[in-house]
Amino acid sequence: MTVRNPLSSLKSRLGAACAAVALLAAGGAQAADLNALIWCDHSDPALLQPFEEANNVKVNVKEFEGTGAGLAIVDQSQPGDWDVMVIDSIDVPRGVEKGLFEPLPEDKLPFADLFPEVKMDKSTVVDGKRYGITEKFGYNTIGFNKTKVDPADMQSLASLTSDKYKGKIAIYDYYLPVIGMAALAIGKKTADLTEADLPALKAELLKMKANAKLVGEVTASQTALATGEVDVLVGGGEWVTAGLAKENPALDFSIPKEGAVLWSQSLAMFKDSKNKDMALKFIQYILSPEGQARLATSSCYWGMPSNKKAALTDEQKKILRFDEQPGFLARAQAYPAPNADLDKKMQDMWTEMLQAQ
Amino acid sequence: MSGSGGSPRALPWALVTPALAWTLLFFVLPFVAMGLSSLTAHEGGGFTLTNYSQFFTDPSYWRAMVNSLQVTAIVTVISIALAYPFAWILAEQVPERWQRLALMLAVLPFWTSYVVRSYSWLLVLAQNGVINRALTGIGLIAEPLQLANTRFATVTGFVHFFVMLLTLTIFANLKQLSPSYRKAAADLGAGPVRTFLHVVLPLTLPGIMVGAFLTFVLCIGDYITPQILGGNNELLMPQLVMMQIGRRGDFPLASALSIILMAVVTVAYLACARWLKIERA
Repeated sequence: MTVRNPLSSLKSRLGAACAAVALLAAGGAQAADLNALIWCDHSDPALLQPFEEANNVKVNVKEFEGTGAGLAIVDQSQPGDWDVMVIDSIDVPRGVEKGLFEPLPEDKLPFADLFPEVKMDKSTVVDGKRYGITEKFGYNTIGFNKTKVDPADMQSLASLTSDKYKGKIAIYDYYLPVIGMAALAIGKKTADLTEADLPALKAELLKMKANAKLVGEVTASQTALATGEVDVLVGGGEWVTAGLAKENPALDFSIPKEGAVLWSQSLAMFKDSKNKDMALKFIQYILSPEGQARLATSSCYWGMPSNKKAALTDEQKKILRFDEQPGFLARAQAYPAPNADLDKKMQDMWTEMLQAQ
Repeated sequence: MSGSGGSPRALPWALVTPALAWTLLFFVLPFVAMGLSSLTAHEGGGFTLTNYSQFFTDPSYWRAMVNSLQVTAIVTVISIALAYPFAWILAEQVPERWQRLALMLAVLPFWTSYVVRSYSWLLVLAQNGVINRALTGIGLIAEPLQLANTRFATVTGFVHFFVMLLTLTIFANLKQLSPSYRKAAADLGAGPVRTFLHVVLPLTLPGIMVGAFLTFVLCIGDYITPQILGGNNELLMPQLVMMQIGRRGDFPLASALSIILMAVVTVAYLACARWLKIERA
C-alpha cells in the first residue's frame, strides 16, 4: 500500500536540480543548441561534426543505457531541456504514454527507403501518429570465433547449453535480448511472453549461466570474445563482430534456426522541445544516406542502417552482411516488450541468474 | 574585553564554518535526499517500505550483501597478512636513508589509474594471460586455469590496492614506536619473538585497525574492481545498486540498498572505534 509522501516535492526538486547540472555539464547548453539524449553510437564526432558545421549548431549529448534510465533522466529534467532522444523502438509507446513525444512529419522523412521489417509501426505509431523512426538495427544472436568453434553448431541455440561449449561462453549482460534468446530456445515467441513463462525461461537462463565463463556488459563481452577468453558470445551479433572485423576477421555471427532477437533503435522528438526545427533537421540528417553510413559504422558499435540507401562502402556492406538482411529479418523476432510489472520480474529473474553459482 | 572587536569564541566557529557548510551541503543534504528517495515508490511516488523489504525477502538481493561481506573480509585479512611484514621490513630492516625511496616504490602502483590497474590484472589473469602462459609453458598445467572473471580475480585486484594502503598506515605506526619499549622488554629478558608478540604487535594494532577499517569501507563500496575482474559471476552490493539505476532508473531501490550498505559500514566503524578505545585505555 502506498500513501502520498509529503516530502516527495523536495525530492523531485533535488532531482530537477541534478538533471539541470547534468545538462549544463553536457556542454554548456544554450537555447540555440540541440540537446540530445543518446546512446553511445551518437557521440562519435565523425557523426556529429558534419551536422554541427552544416547547421552552425552545437549538439549537446548525454549518454544513457536502457529506456528506464533515459526516462528517469527526462523525469528529473524540466520540460524543454531535451530536443531529441534515442530509444528502443519497442519502447516508443512508453514515451508517448508519458506525453513526452511530438508526432513526426512522415512526408519530411525517408520512410519509403527504410527496410520494411524495421519500421516497427506497432511500436512507433500510436493512435495513427508516428512518434519514432527507426535509425539502426541488428541482432542479438550468437557471436563467435569461427576458428575456435564448429560454425555448424552455431546454427542452433541448443549449442549454448551443451557441454561441448562449457566454459567457452560469455553472456551479454542485458536481460531483455538474452531472455528473448532463451524464449526462442524453448520455442516461445518473444512477443507472447507472460509471467507464466518465467520458470521455463529461468531454467534455460540457468543452463546458459552454467556454461558461461562470464556475464559482461558491452566492453567486457566484446573484449572477452576478441581476446580469446571465450569463443562464443550469447547475445552478440554484428554490433560486436563488425567493428572488430579488420583486427579480427575470425569473428562472425549466425542467425540460428530458432531465430534471433531483432534490436532496433529509434529517434523521437520531444513535444516540449524549444528547437523543433533543428530537432527535425537532426533526425533528417541521421536518416540521410550519409548520416546513416556514419551511424552504422560509429566507433562505439556498428549496426545495420535502417535506410537501404545508406552510403556504405562495399567493404562495410560486406562486414555488415547487408545483402543477407532479407533472410535474417525473416527469421528475427522483436525484443520482448514486457509491461512494467513483468519487466521488474524479468529483471529480478536476471539478478537471480547472475547470482547463481 | 579588548576593543579589537569580536568574541574570542567567534574565531573557532568562523574557521570551522566552511567545513561545516561543505559537509551540510555535500553530505547531509544528499544523504537526506537519498533517505527520502529510499522511502518512495518507484511507480507512483508515494511512501513505501517495499524498497527495504525487497532486500530482506529476495535471496538474490541479500546474497549480494553476503558476497560483499565475504569478499571484504577475505581482502582485509590477506591485505593485513601481506602488509604487516612488508611494513615491518621497511621500518626495521631498510636503512633510514633508503626508507623514503623504498616507501615510494612500495606505493608506486597508486600512481596508475584504478581502472587501468584493474584491466591490467584482467590481462595478467586471462586465459591467454601471463600466469596461464607461464604455467602451461613450464608444464605445470595442461589447460589454462580460469583465473579471470572469478572471485579470485576480484580479491587479487583488491589486495593489490589495499596492501599499499595498509603498508602506509602500519609503517607510520611502527615508526612512531619508541625504541625504548623494545629495550625495556630486552632488559626484562624477552627475546625478539616475545618482544614482537607482546610489545610491538599490540602497540601497532591501532595502525592495523585504522588500515583495516579503511580497507573495509573502500572495499565494500567499490564497484569498479568486481565489475571488471569478477565477470558478473556473482554480484556485490555496489553492482546491485548500479543495476537499479542503469537498468530501470529505480533510484528509490538504489537509495535503499545504499542506505543498507551505509548501515553496515557504520556498524563496522562502531566496532572498530570501540575496539580501538579499549586498546588505548
